[in-house]
Amino acid sequence: MIKKELGLGILLVVIAAITGAINPAFLSLVNLLNMANLIGLFGVFALGEGLVIITGGIDLSLGSMFALLGVVFIDLLTTYQVPWPLALLAVLLGGLVLGGIQGFLVTRLKMQPFIVTLCGLLIYRGAARYYTSDSTRGFGYGDEAATLSSIASGNVAGLPNTFILLIVLALVLGVLLHRSVYGRWLYAVGKNEEAARFSGIRTNLVIATAYIISGGLAGVSTVLFVFYTNSVSPSSFGNFYELYAIAAAVLGGCSLRGGEGSILGIVLGTALLQVLQNLVNILGIPNSLNFAVMGTVILIGVLADQQLQARRRRKVALASVARTTPRSASAQGRESAPPRGAAVVPTRTGDQG
Amino acid sequence: MSAPSTPGCHKPPGVVWEEWMAETLFELVGISKSYPGVMALDDVSLRVDRGEVLGLIGENGAGKSTLMRVLGGVIAPSQGVIRIGGSDHARLTVNEATEAGIAFVHQELNLFENLDVAANVFIGREHLVGGPLKLVDNAKMRERVMPLLKRLGADFTPETLVDNLTIAERQMVEIAKALSIDARVIIMDEPTSSLTISETERLLEVIADLKAHGIAVIYISHRLGELMSCADRVVVLRDGRTVGELARHELSHVAMIRLMIGRDLKSLYTPPQRPPRSGGCNIAGLVTSAFPDRQIDLSVRHGEILGLAGLVGAGRTSLARAAFGIDPQLGGEIRIDNAPVAVASPRDAIRQGIYLVPEDRKRSGLVLDLPIRENVTLASLLNYAWMWLVSGADERIVAKEQMKRLAIKAPSADIEAVTLSGGNQQKVVLGKWLSMQPRVMFFDEPTRGVDVGAKSEIYRLMRELADQGVAIVMISSDMEEVIGVSDRVAVMHEGSVSGVLERSQFSEYNVLRLAMGQALETAEAAAP
Repeated sequence: MIKKELGLGILLVVIAAITGAINPAFLSLVNLLNMANLIGLFGVFALGEGLVIITGGIDLSLGSMFALLGVVFIDLLTTYQVPWPLALLAVLLGGLVLGGIQGFLVTRLKMQPFIVTLCGLLIYRGAARYYTSDSTRGFGYGDEAATLSSIASGNVAGLPNTFILLIVLALVLGVLLHRSVYGRWLYAVGKNEEAARFSGIRTNLVIATAYIISGGLAGVSTVLFVFYTNSVSPSSFGNFYELYAIAAAVLGGCSLRGGEGSILGIVLGTALLQVLQNLVNILGIPNSLNFAVMGTVILIGVLADQQLQARRRRKVALASVARTTPRSASAQGRESAPPRGAAVVPTRTGDQG
Repeated sequence: MSAPSTPGCHKPPGVVWEEWMAETLFELVGISKSYPGVMALDDVSLRVDRGEVLGLIGENGAGKSTLMRVLGGVIAPSQGVIRIGGSDHARLTVNEATEAGIAFVHQELNLFENLDVAANVFIGREHLVGGPLKLVDNAKMRERVMPLLKRLGADFTPETLVDNLTIAERQMVEIAKALSIDARVIIMDEPTSSLTISETERLLEVIADLKAHGIAVIYISHRLGELMSCADRVVVLRDGRTVGELARHELSHVAMIRLMIGRDLKSLYTPPQRPPRSGGCNIAGLVTSAFPDRQIDLSVRHGEILGLAGLVGAGRTSLARAAFGIDPQLGGEIRIDNAPVAVASPRDAIRQGIYLVPEDRKRSGLVLDLPIRENVTLASLLNYAWMWLVSGADERIVAKEQMKRLAIKAPSADIEAVTLSGGNQQKVVLGKWLSMQPRVMFFDEPTRGVDVGAKSEIYRLMRELADQGVAIVMISSDMEEVIGVSDRVAVMHEGSVSGVLERSQFSEYNVLRLAMGQALETAEAAAP
């Protein structure tokens, strides 16, 4: 499992080194801190997306959720002069509730996650635009939320708070996902929902919780983005951001079939995406190629991973055939260390469905 | 008798009808099929004449389906000759079998529910129009299917979606498909297992009609009554051999069952070490969603293995699923030691000590991609956690314990379950429950797809559990196993328990009678 993350980390370092060699500005402190800030901003909600993807679902609504929660948040602070802790609480709750509704639709009403969250994407965006009559909301010259603003967009010894927050959240979710009972259930449900149910796991609750966590993290991200841009244009704020999260998760080893992926992988995936974006700027590649570069890297990354997985699977299969003549147990154990990742191996029988 | 002139009749003009009908369509001579360690078919010979209904019976595992797969070209025999139309083949390919007019109507119907009847009949052989465009000619296909449906007396149109058809109607579609390829032999595998009585009668009429047109039917069924009414000849297989052939006038339940059984039970089974205790699990008036108008009454004592026999689809699995909380209970109640237990979900059941070892271990029993350790602790993970954080060390101890107790053959507890053999996988499922406190356990076909060695180990474990006081219900379609393992046998028929047999009444004959909904033969034996 750690193998994949290691590979991703090495790739990240290699790309950074090459870029830095071509243009040393890439490795300048200013640029690195700027990247750290962006990694923080885009990493927080990618973590939530990752959890949802591990259940075998997907959340397409995040970007629109930012717009809707964003305009409400600014309105609460400016128009209604609500104290910032309350406004913050309202946005977090809003995210949790939206996530809860989506989770309910997916688990209790058995709707497909793609459809539920696609409709979420459309509805939230429409609601945000209608609510503001399509006008951009921003902070006036007052200091409605100076404290919160300084927390959200500030830094500690130069390190952006967004990045620190990402690390903290990643640690918390890492423990949740990789050490806790809930995390185990999440993987089990993602791999084989039926067997999980037959083991007494409340699969609906486990899945819905992932959507709720994703919604909550979207609330957090909303606040971070609002103070990053200082204004919210309801028709464009957060556009395509869910795709960044999905891309980061997939690059980080999550399989859209569910049951695979890790927090570290998602963080590294996010970092790699931001490095790629930055690299396009720094190396003077036409900015219009930005998405194309991202797409190509993801495609190659997932393809390479798949090939490696298939090879490992074949090895494991051979090992299990040759089980009658056992070699050293530890060698076999290493060989069949859980191969996780974006592999799409058609021989899998434990798919949900 | 004159030859009917309808589609599907191959009689060339100028041939005397009676002579034509007596012609042998094909012959299997001395067919053997061996797998490593197993002789699935051992020198089996089978002849099929034109226009006859040949019954093929035998217990599960007797070799019926292997034989039919040889005939259908799916597997190659190790020895023997397949003689069709005077030429000998060492094996058939699927295409050769189809060209020879061999068609299957499968037990699990292989239709595309999202397509209409005509599309299903012509799947893979679509009529095309438009030259290079290769468009599908729906009109032509429907036109071709119409007379076939008419002939079968079907009252649906070729445009109907298969999704909207009943099981019986779908069967008609399969038969229409067979007719459309000019089948000379139609093999029907348990065709009536999911049909109602009137649908069964309708099918038997259709078979009589096929027969009259010179089409032979190989009829595989456990339902001896149907064979009595439609078969011209019955061939009995046992342990991969032909053990007898009964002509029409020799057919009787007794004769057929005698041929099907007639072997010693091997010493696969562990006898009980102590008698059942008082108390246990009582199921009273339980209604499952599969049979909403039937009630199930069943009781199993602590320390007892109750075999649950019956035909496939008799409601045994639905009972276990309802008792375990997978399916809703529509009525009735379950008591353990006289205390009612409410089971609304598997979680409730597990808390009450009611466990289920499901029929399909790969789908429902295991998360195949997870290691043995995580599978063993999946249902009881909170026991190995402190503040919801899993203790890997505790887990590993428990997993190792179960691996040792169950003799799971794997190099370590961190091996993924997918790499294990069927028997070892089943033991991992068992380990999941044995690491907890079972009170009532349902085993649904616990030894399906498990080799003999692992089988006897599973029997031994079940007996061990019973001796420790667990009440065990073992659902099994393997008659030998039911009689060998159980202390009592309950038999289900169409959604309810049709009888319970004590050890002294155990016989495959009695089980089969109850499974087919008939009463036991003597008044004394029929007493509960």
